Amino acid sequence: MATSRNAVEMRGIVKRFPGVLANDRVDFDLRAGEIHALLGENGAGKSTLMSVLAGLYKPEAGSIFVGGEPVSFNSPRDAIARGLGMIHQHFTLVPSQTVTENILLGLDEPRFLMRLSAYDKRMAELGDRFGLKVSPQAKIWQLSVGEQQRVEVLKMLYRGVQVLIMDEPTAVLAPQEIDELFKTLRAMAGEGKSIVFISHKLQEVTAIADRVTVLRKGKATASGLKTSETNRAELAKLMVGREVLFHLDKKPHAFGEVVLKLEGVRAQNDKGLPALRGVSLTVRSGEIVGIAAIAGNGQSELAEVITGLRQATAGRVLVGGDDVTNHSAALAIQKGVAHVPEDRTHVGSAPNLSITDNVIMKSYRHAPLARGWSLNRLAARHRAEELKEEYTILAPSVDTSARLLSGGNLQRVILARELSAKPKLLIAMQPTRGLDVGAIEGVQRLLLTQAEAGAAILLSSEELEEIFALSDRILVMYEGEIVGELTEHDAETIGLMMTGAKRQPPGSLA
Amino acid sequence: MTTTTPTLPNKRFSLPFAIKVEPRLDAPAWLGPAVSLGAIVIALLLGAVVLKLVGGNPWAAYAHIARAAFGDIGVFSDTLVKATPLIMVGLACSIAFRMKLWNIGAEGQFYMGALGASMVVLIPIAPETAPGWITLPLMLVAGMVFGAGWGFIPGWLKAKLKVNEIITTLMMNYIAVAFVNFFVFAVWSEGGFQMSKTFQKAAWLPRLADFAKEIKLFRGLTTHAGLLIGIVAAVVIWYILYRSLWGYEIRLIGDNPRAAQYAGLNITRNTVLVMMVSGALAGLAGMSEIAGAVHRLQTSISPGYGFTGIIIAWLAKLNPLVVIPVSILFGGLILAGREIQPSGVPRLIQGIILFMLIASDVLMRYRVRIAWTANAQ
Repeated sequence: MATSRNAVEMRGIVKRFPGVLANDRVDFDLRAGEIHALLGENGAGKSTLMSVLAGLYKPEAGSIFVGGEPVSFNSPRDAIARGLGMIHQHFTLVPSQTVTENILLGLDEPRFLMRLSAYDKRMAELGDRFGLKVSPQAKIWQLSVGEQQRVEVLKMLYRGVQVLIMDEPTAVLAPQEIDELFKTLRAMAGEGKSIVFISHKLQEVTAIADRVTVLRKGKATASGLKTSETNRAELAKLMVGREVLFHLDKKPHAFGEVVLKLEGVRAQNDKGLPALRGVSLTVRSGEIVGIAAIAGNGQSELAEVITGLRQATAGRVLVGGDDVTNHSAALAIQKGVAHVPEDRTHVGSAPNLSITDNVIMKSYRHAPLARGWSLNRLAARHRAEELKEEYTILAPSVDTSARLLSGGNLQRVILARELSAKPKLLIAMQPTRGLDVGAIEGVQRLLLTQAEAGAAILLSSEELEEIFALSDRILVMYEGEIVGELTEHDAETIGLMMTGAKRQPPGSLA
Repeated sequence: MTTTTPTLPNKRFSLPFAIKVEPRLDAPAWLGPAVSLGAIVIALLLGAVVLKLVGGNPWAAYAHIARAAFGDIGVFSDTLVKATPLIMVGLACSIAFRMKLWNIGAEGQFYMGALGASMVVLIPIAPETAPGWITLPLMLVAGMVFGAGWGFIPGWLKAKLKVNEIITTLMMNYIAVAFVNFFVFAVWSEGGFQMSKTFQKAAWLPRLADFAKEIKLFRGLTTHAGLLIGIVAAVVIWYILYRSLWGYEIRLIGDNPRAAQYAGLNITRNTVLVMMVSGALAGLAGMSEIAGAVHRLQTSISPGYGFTGIIIAWLAKLNPLVVIPVSILFGGLILAGREIQPSGVPRLIQGIILFMLIASDVLMRYRVRIAWTANAQ
């Protein structure tokens, strides 16, 4: 049955969630010393399959073999005991503790005395061996997301895992950090460890993986394909079941008057540290301006200052010529500013309220939704049903709670609310993050239609390809400043600017 | 490689079925009441087991409780008297909890409401000879204003300075009680006793017994107009929460304050307002108790109504209309507690019912399925 050269073998795995067959008789095998990519759209069942392997879920059917022996895990602890560890998208670290303390957390060592200095040394040695640069005595909150990820990897290495599963590890990293991660992964593979690399990004998969398994709607459409014997187009087809349009039709159109103007805006982040250091920019009617920046370089604060959710400490924000600096979010909405927030569950929606209640969030005070002091529930329902139809929100009814919607459908609810207000200015933060390929295309088309209809759009995205596909002009942000403005799609220059390695001379910027 | 499904060699003993718990996507309308009713039945059965274990006769005890609280029109009227303040404090907690404002201070707001209402009679603001239609509305307004004022302080502290309202409202209960005691002992004490003089008849809320001449059935019944005020308040609060723009704001802020802020709502203003409305409702309860049942200001006018209100609000799932039947049930249990020995039993049942209802919430959110495994055919 299980061949000895396979570190892990999964046979006929079936995992069901309410209303969804997440894994439908999936086979997967992993050789010792290989990097194996698990490719698929959101909701294809990649994370589920690996969570089964890591002991988080119990499959309804199927069997797992580790080193040829059948196993049945009841918890991640069991899986780690057999050398299988998984690093999730959301890290499980204690912010106030040091790197070493976090790595030792949950282990039976040190037994009694906290002689951490000896452990610090061991952590540093382990890090050096795999090129994981991180100070063992640093507190987690002091570390960047990329460094925190290294701590998660160290945690698994210290526990002696032979198989490391990484769930979309590059989603939070800058291009340079991705290169370093790939070096680490290769070093680990060189020592005979196996790595499962979950991703929906084709170029990364072809860059790092030896073999690839593709999932679509819970089924494996390709198992253990050699990456050297395939190409991106074939993988994309296996992933979505049809040829993907990598190109959007962008109709050229003229831009109108200036809708958004920022003059030397400064603001602080939640920790009271400077987040915006004198940002000036303009967006014209019909224009899409893309902000290229790595997470945490001020783009979130920028959106909040414009939409009235954060105070500026200096500078001016003008919308349609009116000064809205440090007024309320209500005024920004009134001025025709729509905002697709970065965090759609915690900011963009009320999870326990219905779709109806969520789509009327910004318009309930106006007729026909408002009737004197009372809410016209029939009109609200009617509006929600129209939007549900128009934006193809998939839900049993408009009474369904927002928390029960998938990421893509929730994003459609938010877009329906924001775009149906016919905004003059749209601040779109990560509008397609976490959506599957089909949904991404739909959202991008909606944005283009809005621009053609005359809306000014400020777009922030972690996907450079998306910025390229949509933007008329690209601004690069680094540490709260705009360090470059480009119209050509020069990924390398932008990448260097995003990481602070290069900037345009300040005089050349508007 | 074989194509048959491999069987695990060391198969452990397993039940022929598996219990699966899945999140519910949609709950039918009848499910809520059905689950709650089921929880109460199970709670009563569990209570019966406890009673049996300590050597009592559970059925006799239950029958006695039922008789003592709901047995005839006389005791049922007394149950309604107990339920009246509970309805209003239950509403006070419901509206605050809807916005996730944890007002634990309904007890203090109740006392302040009682104080405000008493002032109208005892200062006096309305002269002793004034008719009821002047005195009673004045008392009602004074009670609500005092309660609202007592709610305003923690509301303002929360909204402006982010002071934890659980602590402030709780602490302010003790201040309110001590404050009322000061007036009872030092200002309006009647002959050194810990109570004021009895209010003049014009300051009494009308009782059913007042109409005994016209309708014989009402003779001796103490149910007073406070019940009516409570029911009207419940309908008003229900309308506010589910049909008004303001209620939509309260629900939105309660569910996700960050989303509310993003949608341009004024959270500061709403925090203060909701705390004031909550306080006003609790103050109304105090006024109704003073004018309807006690007829004087005295110490310990509340056997912890304000705290019971918290439980009632939760059991009613913060639905103002459900607060009414839940309050009547609790009014009955309070009354029965006086009637039967040992009086711990109704409290025990209260506790078990509460536990069961809270536990039953899982059934509302999850579907439990029993799946027969394949090899048990």
